[in-house]
Amino acid sequence: MSVLCLVEFDGAGPADASLRALTLGRSLGEPSLGAVVFADSDSVPASALADYDVTDVYVIEPGTLEGYAPQAWARVLAGLATETGATAVLAAGTDRGNEVLAHLGAITGLPMAANCTLVTPDGGQTHRLVRHRWAGLLLEEAVMEAPIALFTVATDAVSAVSAALPSGGTPPGPPVPAAIAVHVHKPELAEADLVVRAAESPASAGGASLATARVVVGGGRGVGGADGFAPLEELADLLGGVVGVSRVVTSEGWRPHRQQVGQTGTKITPELYLACGISGAIQHIAGCAGAKHIIAINTDPGAPILAHADYAIIGDLHQVIPALVEALRAR
Amino acid sequence: MEILVCVKRVPTVGGTIAVTPDGQEVDTRMSGFSISPHEECAVEEAVQITERAGGSVSVLTLGPEAAIEQLRGALALGAGRAVLLETDGREFGPIATAAAIAAEVRDHGYDLVLLGNEAADTGDYQVGIRLAHELGWPVATGIKNLSTSADGVVARREYRGVEEAYELPLPAVITVKEGINLPRYPSLPGRLRAKRAAVDRSSPAWAAEGLRKETLRVPASSKHQAAVLGQGADAVPELVRVLDELGMLP
Repeated sequence: MSVLCLVEFDGAGPADASLRALTLGRSLGEPSLGAVVFADSDSVPASALADYDVTDVYVIEPGTLEGYAPQAWARVLAGLATETGATAVLAAGTDRGNEVLAHLGAITGLPMAANCTLVTPDGGQTHRLVRHRWAGLLLEEAVMEAPIALFTVATDAVSAVSAALPSGGTPPGPPVPAAIAVHVHKPELAEADLVVRAAESPASAGGASLATARVVVGGGRGVGGADGFAPLEELADLLGGVVGVSRVVTSEGWRPHRQQVGQTGTKITPELYLACGISGAIQHIAGCAGAKHIIAINTDPGAPILAHADYAIIGDLHQVIPALVEALRAR
Repeated sequence: MEILVCVKRVPTVGGTIAVTPDGQEVDTRMSGFSISPHEECAVEEAVQITERAGGSVSVLTLGPEAAIEQLRGALALGAGRAVLLETDGREFGPIATAAAIAAEVRDHGYDLVLLGNEAADTGDYQVGIRLAHELGWPVATGIKNLSTSADGVVARREYRGVEEAYELPLPAVITVKEGINLPRYPSLPGRLRAKRAAVDRSSPAWAAEGLRKETLRVPASSKHQAAVLGQGADAVPELVRVLDELGMLP
């Protein structure tokens, strides 16, 4: 009996969202936790996966399956689920994770629960779960009855907890021996599974790092116009972060949509979100609630954002931000 | 090109969101209804394609009779035909929803079906994909740029700093995201036409699914009131101290 988790890569290592998914997958308590990886087997960080109690890695190499093809990836998961007797197959609630698991649901005819924050086996083919609705503004408690539980894990809810770093503040012990088996898997794929396949090229610029930035400087209606963002850019540079914006800013065409933080934009999980001139519509909160710390700069002491922020400055961002930039430069 | 756009009536939520006492639905006593921004963009994209390449746009919703309001909204923007798949108030899961839409698509011979990437309320992220599997059509999701030719489409999105381009033969299903275009406002003639337009109706069968909602709740949130550090630029030294304390300064 196994649990299988699609693991995505971000630069060198497993993506943070995938580590969060592995953390939830491990909690299901099956003897085997399998990571399914579409990559060159030389580049698989087996020890990083072993830290999350992964027992088996199934590697599908580029020679077997070139590039991202969502339906083919789902077909691979379906095959592995049968071979390993999986009771659950999961992925991170990313664009790719939700897409591949939805294909898997359609291929198997099974239900799929997107963006779960908690999943608990409840005997037989039953799992109890909690999942996001309204991008996390509401939680749904639900029961899933299925021979294989298919679900994705909300990218901003479950924390990634390495098994090698026990909770409770004890320092890490010696490295976990890598009792991990790497299997190079060569699936049989039909032409129909490969019709939709991504041709990849470098994106124009920016935005891509918004989802994973450590610091986000947010600008809203209070910025006033397309030409008002230079001080925010400067501040973001000084803090090693990026600029994000509210929906009104992209609807007005002041900034490109890829910078939007919110339910219909990007969900962010920075250490610090500095929300400047953003009132805090609930759809925006859905995008920034995963920030560890929120500081608001707003002229209105009654702005809804203050109910979600840790700290606030009541004032005009056009005065506060230049003064902050100056103070940081002087350090 | 014959295009079908699928939209969903959802509550318009503003500053807060609450659930009914029985924990089954969003409390809509204080709210209006709309379709999600992704779907507004799907309607706009369909209208733009037919303006360029000819053809017509139909708009479909699965929901209660009141969802005709949302169909008329899409008609006012340039859709020519409206289809209501009327429900009896029960929430259709994604499998039953996809099956109901597939039946309509089979009856009418569309070239392209557009949906929002995910519904604003249930956020299931799967109706478009299940629909494509029902029909045996290719599907691309989360699309933010779409170009069409006689026999296919090129659909683009960004992922982790990489642009992905998908070439799909028609017929196809595409789910789009806000940002693919800036939706227009309805014209007065459009609104008048929408008011008079007929709505085709049918009542698909509800079916139980393996994922069953029990209750909805508002998360026991971190909602609190922010500690005010001060007023205007005078508060900057205190802000710098807090940033330092949080380990945010290089």
